[in-house]
Amino acid sequence: MTEFRLYLIQRVTAALLLGLGLVHLGTILSATEAPLSAADILARTRASALWPIFYGVFVLAAATHAAIGLRTIAREWLGWRRDIWVMALWLALTGLGLRAVWGIA
Amino acid sequence: MADDAASPPLTVAIWRGDARKGSLVSYRVPNRPGQTILDVLTWVQRTAEPGLAYRFACRVGMCGSCALTINGLPRWACRTRAEAVARDNRIEIRPLRHFPVIRDLVADVEAFFERWQRAFGRFGPSGPEATDFARIAPDDPDRRAADAAIECIGCGICFAACDTVGANPDYLGPAALNRAWAAHNDSRDDRRAHLRAAVQNGGAHTCHSQGSCRRVCPVGRDLTRSIAGLKRKSLTAALKGKL
Repeated sequence: MTEFRLYLIQRVTAALLLGLGLVHLGTILSATEAPLSAADILARTRASALWPIFYGVFVLAAATHAAIGLRTIAREWLGWRRDIWVMALWLALTGLGLRAVWGIA
Repeated sequence: MADDAASPPLTVAIWRGDARKGSLVSYRVPNRPGQTILDVLTWVQRTAEPGLAYRFACRVGMCGSCALTINGLPRWACRTRAEAVARDNRIEIRPLRHFPVIRDLVADVEAFFERWQRAFGRFGPSGPEATDFARIAPDDPDRRAADAAIECIGCGICFAACDTVGANPDYLGPAALNRAWAAHNDSRDDRRAHLRAAVQNGGAHTCHSQGSCRRVCPVGRDLTRSIAGLKRKSLTAALKGKL
């Protein structure tokens, strides 16, 4: 994969995260304003497949965006030129995130 | 000379050595009003150290060959007055950052210009008819974009100031990309060649838009804007599948 493609993916995920993040923020605010208990929240997220899908996309975008950004920082500041740890980081972030999504699905 | 005694002499620390090793050597130089760093170096070579190596040609800010690190910043020796940069009567002169040293203050510029080639920093006619003259209005948007990017004399000041150049050995650097942007905006040019060159590893998208290049450019070119232009155009072309 060329550096340019990674650059492209990072911009696309950044644009996605902007929208997803705003919705996520709105969700937090409305849940705490209500206020909703943990059981109330779980009942709502489990009522519709849209919530797990929303947060699944969120997790993938965040993991991808973070891994590409940290890769660049590590290459420039630490001289780490190999990408094996970036793949590991991406897998770890995706795994942790999707596990959390599974919890609300 | 009378004016030599008027103010205390300057202490000028000059980097001396070769590609393998070197160190700063201090010289006491008369503090003459209005003298440039190039005058200081000439005085040192003529009076104190005949073996001092440094590069210059025009002496008046046209050729760009006397670029050096002067008190920590890349500048032209011929256009920098000693009294303007001296701190407590001290001046430190080192070779240009990010360039391999040949000897003393003389840097090897080969890798710098090799990147102009890799960035396709030249005119690439779109066809046989494009080598002829073209009528282009002065207020044409392409003409204006090209105007903003020409007049670079290739002194390497921006390359020395750019931290990304230091951090990423593949990065083409501001001067090469700015040249590619100028050529890209020539209406007779096969514009895609520059965009293809701009998306190679180490191309325009490597830039973090920190803007050091445009801050130090002695001829006032906004290189960050040129690189942003390449990023924008290449991204649009890639998304349209026209790269």
